[in-house]
Order: sequence, then structure tokens, then C-alpha cells
Amino acid sequence: MAEFEPVLLARINKPDSTSLASYQADGGYEALRKALGMSPVEVTNTIKDSGLRGRGGAGFPTGLKWTFLPKDHPGPIYLAINADESEPGTFNNRVLMEKDPHQIIEGIAISCYAIKSNTSYLYLRYEYGQSYRALKKAVEECYAAGILGKNIFGSGFDLDIVLHRGAAAYICGEETGLIESLEGKRAWPRIKPPFPAIEGLFRKPTIVNNIETMACVTQIMKRGIEWFKSIGVPPDPANPRDAGSYGPKLYCLSGHVNKPGVYELPMGITARELIEKYGGGVPNGRQVKAVVPGGISMGFLTAAELDTKLDFAGPGKVGCLGLGTAAVVVIDDATSMVDVLFNCARFFAHESCGQCTPCREGTDWMRKILQRMRNGKGTLADLDLLMEVSGSIGTIPGTTICGLADGAAWPVKNAVKKFRSEFEEYIKSGKKSVDPGAHLVGAH
Amino acid sequence: MATVQVNGQDVTIGDGERLNCIQAAAKAGVEIPHYCWHKDLSVVASCRMCLVEMGDKKPDGTIAMQPKLVPGCQTPVKDGSVIITNSDKVKGAEAGTLEFLLLNHPLDCPVCDQAGECYLQDYSYKYGRAYSRMQEPKLQKADKDHIGDQITLFTDRCVMCTRCVRFTKEISGTSELQVVSRGNHAEIDVFPGEPCNNKLAGNVVDICPVGALCSKDFLYEQRVWWLKGANSVCPGCSTGCSIRIDQNKDVVYRLKPRENPQAQGSFMCDDGRFGWKYIQDEKRLRMPVVRTSGTPVEQAWDRVLPAVKAAIEESIKRDAGRFAAVLSPWMTVEEAFLLAKFVKSLSPDARLVMGPVAVVGEDDLYPKGLHGEAPAKPKFTIRAEKCPNRLGVELVLKHFEGEVISFADAMADVGLGRIESLFAVGGDPAGWVTPEQAAQLAGLRLFVVQDILASAASEKATFVLPGSAWAERDGTFINHNGLAQGIAKAVRGPGESRADSRILFDLAGRKGLVHIPTLRKEIGAEIPALAALAVGQLGETGVSITTSSVAVNGTGAGKPVGAAG
Ligand SMILES: Cc1cc2nc3c(=O)[nH]c(=O)nc-3n(C[C@H](O)[C@H](O)[C@H](O)COP(=O)(O)O)c2cc1C
Ligand code: SF4
Ligand code: SF4
Ligand code: SF4
Ligand code: FES
Repeated sequence: MAEFEPVLLARINKPDSTSLASYQADGGYEALRKALGMSPVEVTNTIKDSGLRGRGGAGFPTGLKWTFLPKDHPGPIYLAINADESEPGTFNNRVLMEKDPHQIIEGIAISCYAIKSNTSYLYLRYEYGQSYRALKKAVEECYAAGILGKNIFGSGFDLDIVLHRGAAAYICGEETGLIESLEGKRAWPRIKPPFPAIEGLFRKPTIVNNIETMACVTQIMKRGIEWFKSIGVPPDPANPRDAGSYGPKLYCLSGHVNKPGVYELPMGITARELIEKYGGGVPNGRQVKAVVPGGISMGFLTAAELDTKLDFAGPGKVGCLGLGTAAVVVIDDATSMVDVLFNCARFFAHESCGQCTPCREGTDWMRKILQRMRNGKGTLADLDLLMEVSGSIGTIPGTTICGLADGAAWPVKNAVKKFRSEFEEYIKSGKKSVDPGAHLVGAH
Repeated sequence: MATVQVNGQDVTIGDGERLNCIQAAAKAGVEIPHYCWHKDLSVVASCRMCLVEMGDKKPDGTIAMQPKLVPGCQTPVKDGSVIITNSDKVKGAEAGTLEFLLLNHPLDCPVCDQAGECYLQDYSYKYGRAYSRMQEPKLQKADKDHIGDQITLFTDRCVMCTRCVRFTKEISGTSELQVVSRGNHAEIDVFPGEPCNNKLAGNVVDICPVGALCSKDFLYEQRVWWLKGANSVCPGCSTGCSIRIDQNKDVVYRLKPRENPQAQGSFMCDDGRFGWKYIQDEKRLRMPVVRTSGTPVEQAWDRVLPAVKAAIEESIKRDAGRFAAVLSPWMTVEEAFLLAKFVKSLSPDARLVMGPVAVVGEDDLYPKGLHGEAPAKPKFTIRAEKCPNRLGVELVLKHFEGEVISFADAMADVGLGRIESLFAVGGDPAGWVTPEQAAQLAGLRLFVVQDILASAASEKATFVLPGSAWAERDGTFINHNGLAQGIAKAVRGPGESRADSRILFDLAGRKGLVHIPTLRKEIGAEIPALAALAVGQLGETGVSITTSSVAVNGTGAGKPVGAAG
């Protein structure tokens, strides 16, 4: 297979990659011009026909989501861009924003034109100071150049982009938590229906899309549907509900791997190829024990499952929650899965927003059980209890409002099921883990 | 008509009725446990106590069930909806949610005010498991006495249902309560220095399903299972909130609102909730007093009543036009009727006067806007008219007197010597007569005061008859909107005080027991505007007397000015 030529990341190593001049020298904003020459419906159809699925985690078809907006709405309609990027292991949005902000702004402008929105809010996690500065400069350049503001390129289309820095909480990335937070409230996810497309930000129809999704929109507009569909994995004909996994994808590779980083590759690369061919394998001559396929919410692949395709359908086939954010975290064989799982559980207990009883209480209970296990006081019955608690929380059993609880449940379910013997041995040995983080627990 | 199936049983939902599963199941007599849902608040579906299985009956009769559990509070029913609450799946979810809720809930029941009326206790018995599988210590959170002047928070008893938060946001509009922190560290709190002291604040204690928010006034006063309730009506203003008086051994401990969509809805205000303490005041009149010789002498009822009756009859015989009876807007309809009828039976020329109707400020409308402004569509109103039965007494006066003579006009007549003898009923705990007015009245040939608290008037009156406070009486109050509601005696009055209807019954020379339903029938038959009272029993939510001939919202002729107004 010929080496894949990066598209979304094509410009990141250019000198001055963030400036408008350099972006335009590379043909920047021509895709927007092209879109403005089409009707909004045509732009929406282009995105729909490209098969683009959201890159934020859920993989929802982007064009289809746009069509859920009410027809002939008097407005305003909002586009909220999700740049909260908080799923552990995920850092591709950051690279896009820091290194090529105009690609994002162009995608936002095209998307807003398609959905007839004149205002887009970009919700940025607070920690991303450099992203903020790059975006801010880029937005200002666009206003000065008539690419944002009134009557863009003389088309009659107006657009404002508002940058908003969140106060940093994982739950602000959940789309309705994000909307609440943008409204100045506590980021407690909303119950659905109504879905944001019907009643979202400030009770107006709202589309929430991820940063990487916006970069894809720009490239689809620029290169066409055929180009996008030539990359990735077509739908499985045996599965009528599979929408396929087209296009390039930014994989975030981290953990026990020689060359961590963001890799732009065609959808559907296997975990093994990513780790071995691109990541340079596991350091210190160790072996892979487990791999997080798409952020810790998605669970774990075992070493035997490394040939799983990292497309939207692949991880689910081996019991993971999904592709998630394509944040691949490699865990080597010198690492205890009890420790890994405790770390995951601690994260979710800390990040649960606290409104749903099963998530609020269940996440912390699982953390406590794992902590006890790491103190040498676990019992085999704890493993069944972990399975029971993790099986009872989340939107999948129907007991919570948002997917955070599913994300908290999945690593527990996968780890206890796939690595049960390791857990059993750990418990029976009565050993204790070093616990560098114990002093932090509970110190909220 | 829509039909919904609940655990295999069909129930009919009326046209245009928009119900969720909890409400539809209740129609079938099936309880779906719930915490966060409250019919007067927005739906958040966060506690997950109400999970049910839900499905649809297809036209061919088959039932398609949804694979996931759904929150019954968030899920509307429609024709053909199928709700299952008794499956293993649902029972497992209920037990699961309760186990989660109890993980960090302290074992406080023995010292918790809510014990006995606590939904965590009740549901745990009905739907929970008997022991906790959590081995770790429970989280402890500091109690918050600073939440409000009347409210305290036992922080770790909270189940995070956010009813209280939504109440201050959506009903009072004052938004004092909020959630701070995340996950199971989340707590209810107020902003520093901004306690929850709005006039509806006490309701958060009622809507809190557990013993987290407690009333400082009631704290540790009683175990709730000792309390006996009597249905009554708050006399604090003309809204006439339906309430329950909770007492034990003739001592009132608290008032609770009773839901009545026709009256106030589900809530009551703090003026009413905490404003009843005067009924236990030292200044309560306990013995009839006679001052015919100048010095006050306490006297037994059987000697006082004939003397008062004789004095009234003598005054009316001498000059009926110079005798007036003052009917208080704190009287029940029955009391007003008894007094008016008695006086007019002695002479049609004897005059009936409306006592002072206290009006304080303006109607206070909720929810408040961002800057305290009144809402266009109020959800709760504390009325400026601070008495329970102005309308009812006015209707009696109009019937017997033909007009409503204000207290101010009557006082003017006293000044001009056109009134020589006065029988005045008080009842307003804020006072109904100024010292100057009292001094003026003291100069009359006859001045009888029937009241509950010592006042400038009772200091001067020829006869003082100790009446009863509203919690000690039976009868009818008619609110601003023409809703006639029954009040029931909850406690006995202090000392020798007597129910006003009993006093007036005896003065009028009526024989036998005071039986309120019988009196209502008599009133209903005699006064057309009060014909609705002929039903006798008014039920728990009252009966509307509104007819086209009654302008129920008017304040009546010559707005009276009272001492407290
Ligand atoms: C707990 C939780 C956290 C999330 N965090 C993010 C995030 O940080 N960034 C993001 O784009 N999507 C996040 N999502 C997914 C969003 O809810 C939403 O699906 C996404 O932003 C839609 O964008 P897309 O259609 O372009 O993928 C999160 C979801 C959940 C349940
Ligand atoms: S599932 Fe967890 S994070 Fe999501 S709304 Fe419920 S409590 Fe909050
Ligand atoms: S204090 Fe009571 S009403 Fe408020 S959230 Fe807690 S349990 Fe609910
Ligand atoms: S609104 Fe009026 S009737 Fe209701 S509780 Fe308050 S004072 Fe009493
Ligand atoms: S009552 Fe339905 S989720 Fe709380």
C-alpha cells in the first residue's frame, strides 16, 4: 500500500502555517467560495453524500444531523463547535487548532452556510491556551479580510464566530452539557428529546460538531465526495445499519509506544499496524498487553485483538464501546490492569457531573472497590460486583441521561471480562499497588 | 379517549390530558416511585427512581416493548402506551437506584425529622434491598445552617433530586439554591451571604423528599407519627391556601400546604407557614371580662352571655339605629351569618358594619423576574388583603344590610354620636383598632369586644368575650376568588375561650349543637349569593360560589381602612 499523504495535517509543518496569507497561498477559502456558489441544500447534500461521520466520538453522520434542523426556521440557528477535547488520550483537535486554524474556520463557515446559521460558538477547553491564541488571531484576520462578518465574499451570507473558553470539565464536551455551559449554567447534560437540532443553545435549533469534523468538511468541499469516499472502509453489506467509515482519520497514539503522536491515516487501519508500523512498537522490548482503541471510555482491546480495524465498526465487534475519538493508548505487559482500571475509574468518578443517581454513585463506588483492591483488600466477589455495577449504569441500560456513564462502565466491563485471570491473581496474591495518586482521591 | 395499559390493566386517559407514566400509572392505582419529578416543576429525569418498561400496542393487538428502561417521569403516554412496573427488570432497577442512593446516605433515621414521612425510607422498605454492599466509609458532608433563616440543610442526607433548586428557580424565581461541586461531591448550597429567605422558601422543606432540608422552626419538636392533622385554610391573606394543621395534644407544631388547584396550587407562603404563632401567645384572651362598674372583673360564660344579650337588646330597644355590630373579615361565613341574623332579628334598623380589612402593600406575585419584577403569569400570589374571608362576610352584609358599611364610616358616625352601642368582633392578630379609636369607642354606652388577643379595645370594652383562633374553629372561609373552603378545628383554645360560632349561637338564643354543615344549608337557602353552601359538606378542595351576580373580585363598597391597613 502506498504511503498515505496527509490531508487534514498537510499544512501543519509549514512555516507560518497559522497565517491567513499562508493558508490562502495554499488555496485556502476557495472551498468556502465554492460552497457559497451553491445552495445550502446542495452543500448539506454534499456532506451527506460524502458519508462523513462525526469525529467527536459518537460517529453520527454529519449531513444527516444537519437535516434534523427544522425546515424554514426563522432563526437564529446556531453551530456550536465542540473543542472541549477531554477524552483521555485525545489530542488531535489541538493539533488542528494550533497549527492550521484557518482550515477549521473554513469548515465552520461552510457548515454554517449549509445550516443557515449566522453565529457559531466555538467551545474550547480552557487548558488549550495556544489553540485559543491561534484561533483568535485567525478569526481576527478573517474579519479584517471580509471572510467573517457581513456579506462574506459578496455572497450576502453573514457569519460571526464567537470563541468561548470553558472552565474545564469533561462533561462540558457532552453536547448538551456544552450547550448549558455556553448558556452560563452548570454543565449538566439535558434530557432528550428535545434534541439540540430542535431546541439547543438558547432554546434555538443548534448543531454541535467536533473540530476534526470541521476540518473534514473543508476538505470534502475542496476535494469532493469521490475523494473522501476513496479513503476508508465502505459499509458492511451484511449490516444494514453500518454507515461505513470513510475518509482520513487523525489517530492519537500514546502510552507505551516508541513514537507517540497524531497520525493521519485512512480509516480502518488496524491497531497493530498503527502501533508497529507508525508508532515504532513498544519500548524496552516489552509486549502489548492491552490497547485503548478510542479514548478510555471505549474499553480495551487485548493483545489478541490487535488486528481489530480502527474504524467505526471495528472496536464494537470485540466488545468495545466503539471507535470513540480514535485515541489509541498502548499498555505494555509490565503494567497492571488493576492499576489501569483504577486510573480510569478515578477519572470518571471525578468527572461525573452528579445529576443521575446511577452515574454519580456508581462511578465512585467502582473507584472505591478498585482502590480497595489495590490496597490488598479485594475479594473475588468484588469482580462480580464491578460487573453488576458497570452493567447497571449508562444510557445503554437506560439508567442515565448521558453517555459519560457508558464510558465509565466500558473499561470496567472490558477489563474484568478480558483480563479476569489477572484480576483474580492480583486479588489472591493480596499484593498492593504503589498508589501515587491516593492522596489526590477525594480531594476535589 | 386514550387507553393506556399499566401492568396489564387498562386505564382511560381523558382527552387533552397530557400525562407521564407516573401520572398514568397512578390512575391505575400503581405507584411508580420517584424523587426528582414534581408536578409543578420542570422535568429533569435525573434520579432514575422511576424507571419502567415501556411499549406500544400495535393496531393488530401485539405489543412492542422498548429494549431499554425509560424514566417514567420523562415519558409521556399516548393511546396504546403499555407500562410495566412489576417486571424483574424494573424491580431490579428500583433496587439498584435505591442501593446507589443509600451508599452515602447516613443512617440518621432515628434522629431525622423526616423519618416517618421520608421517601427514602418508604421506598427502601417497598423497593429496596435490606443491606448495603459497599464496604467503604460513607462520604460525610458538613451540615449547612446558613441556607436560610427558616431552613437548615443536612447535606449528606440529600439525594440530589434538585427539586429545591428548581423550586427557587421556577416557582419563587429567586434562584438562591444551587448545586456546587461535581459527582458525588455535589452539594446544595447558596451563594455566600445570599441565604434562601424568599417568602416561599419554606416550601423547599416540603418538597425535599428526604430529611435534607429541614424547618428550623419544627426541628426536633416532634416525631411526625405523633402528629394529627386537620384540614384548614390559611387565614393570612385572601389567597386562602389549603393547609393542614399538624398538632399533638392541643399544641400546633406546623402548617403544611395541601394541594388545591382551585385555591393556591401546591404551596404556601412563609408568612402563613410561620405566622400562626399568635395562637399560642400569652396575650390570648382566656376569660370573659366585664367592666360595667369600671374595673375589670373576670366572669363565667353563663353569667356574661345573658348580660351581654340583655345589654344588646336594651341598646337596640332604646335606639336601634344607634346600635352597630362590626363583623370582622376574620369571621367565618357561619359566624357572620349568626351575628347578622341575630342583630337584624332584634331590629331591622340595627346596623351591620364591615370591620377593618387590612391591605398591606400590593399583591406579591411569583416567580419573580431577574430583577424582582412581577411575572406576567403568576404561579403563586401572596395577596395584599391580609384576611381570610372579606368576601364571605361582605356577602352576608349585603344580604342583611343591603350595603357594606366600612369601619371608617362607622367610626365617623361614632364621632358624630350616631352610634352609641357597638358589638365588635376582632380576630386580626395584627390588630384592628388604633388606641385612639379604642379610646373613642370606650366612651360609648355599650362596647362589646369579641376577640382573641388583648388589645387597646379589650382594655376598654364593657364586655370582653374570648373567642377562638382559626385553628380552633370550624366553619367556612371564602377566598378572593369565591372559593368556599371548610376549616376544621385542630386544637382547643386556651383557658375559657370559646368558638365564636358557639358564642354567637348562644347570644342568638339558638338551641342545640353548632353543626356547621346544617348552618351552611340554612345559609345557602337564605342567601342567594351563597346558595352554593347548601351542599353542607365542602369537601377537601372547597366549592366555588361564583355566580354572575356576585362580583367576587371587587373589594366591595367603600374600601374599609383598618388599623393595620
Ligand atoms: C461525556 C462525554 C464527553 C464528550 N466529550 C466530547 C469532546 O470533548 N469533544 C467532542 O467533540 N465530543 C465529545 N462528546 C461527543 C459529543 O456529545 C457530540 O457527540 C459531538 O461533539 C458531536 O460532534 P460530531 O458529530 O462532529 O462528532 C462527548 C460525549 C460525552 C458523552
Ligand atoms: S450520566 Fe453521569 S455525567 Fe451524564 S448526566 Fe448523568 S450523572 Fe451526569
Ligand atoms: S436538599 Fe432535598 S430537595 Fe434539595 S436536592 Fe437534596 S434531596 Fe432534593
Ligand atoms: S399566600 Fe396567603 S393564604 Fe397562602 S399561606 Fe400565604 S398568607 Fe396564607
Ligand atoms: S422521577 Fe423520574 S428520573 Fe427522577
